[in-house]
Amino acid sequence: MTVADIAFYIFSLTLVTAGLFTVVARNPVHSVLWLILSFLSASGLFVLLGAEFVAMLLVIVYVGAVAVLFLFVVMMLDVDFAALKGEMTKHVPLALLIGVVILLQLGLSFGVWESSDLAMGQRQAVTPDIKEVQNTAAIGQLLYTKYIYLFQSAGLILLVAMVGAIVLTIRHRTNVKRQDILAQIYRDPAEAMELKDVKPGQGL
Amino acid sequence: MVGLEHYLTVAAALFVIGIFGLFLNRKNVIIILMSIELMLLAVNINLVAFSSFLNDLVGQIFTLFVLTVAAAEAAIGLAILVSFFRNRGTIDVEDVNVMKG
Repeated sequence: MTVADIAFYIFSLTLVTAGLFTVVARNPVHSVLWLILSFLSASGLFVLLGAEFVAMLLVIVYVGAVAVLFLFVVMMLDVDFAALKGEMTKHVPLALLIGVVILLQLGLSFGVWESSDLAMGQRQAVTPDIKEVQNTAAIGQLLYTKYIYLFQSAGLILLVAMVGAIVLTIRHRTNVKRQDILAQIYRDPAEAMELKDVKPGQGL
Repeated sequence: MVGLEHYLTVAAALFVIGIFGLFLNRKNVIIILMSIELMLLAVNINLVAFSSFLNDLVGQIFTLFVLTVAAAEAAIGLAILVSFFRNRGTIDVEDVNVMKG
């Protein structure tokens, strides 16, 4: 058993355990922390597979952005999570049943699966030798040439998601004083102040 | 020696855990979104494992796009969740029938 094998078993065991605790944890903050651990171990698996770029992307995008977004939402929403969790035990038999059925189906298809003889000939982009082109450079050379349209539309999807998230969560508050530039520019000094002659002994 | 089958087994286990969580936390949308993230991660592990063992880079490119769409989906889902919580004061999914005629 080599070091890589031991690392695989450690990472995969951590991944599955953290995934399980993500869904069964009572406190949603703990759930998010378990989710972060599972993403980190998955990126470890990716490094073992030789996909360094995707591994680092997983750490940056998921741990750095998505998990923190989850954490923010969990902490900012004042939700009574105890009430939501109360009925969790009610769903356990159904959830276990469906999980076991899907696991059996995956196992069945896995048992009869074998790689086609044609598979090696149908590769779209054979990985270049790691000694000549590194993983990140190879992905870049492929992404910016053959898959440039998909890459651009991925950016468009992110833009739409950003605009959509802002539109959904923006709140137009009333009774808030905001700077109105036009009103400031068109302000007339002559009308800004009015002088009144106050007679002694009387108010205005 | 760790082969493709080992990675596929881990991915299958993670996918089933995601589905399990989906049915276990029927009321809590946040955990449901996290379960969906776990399932997408399992799919990504499958893609990268095949990409690595077949020496085909397209799997990793596809993983990149799956990651992008998953991030967009999480952002939109959480935004919907926040605005739903503002309107209803709860995130119970079984209450989501506002649009019922």
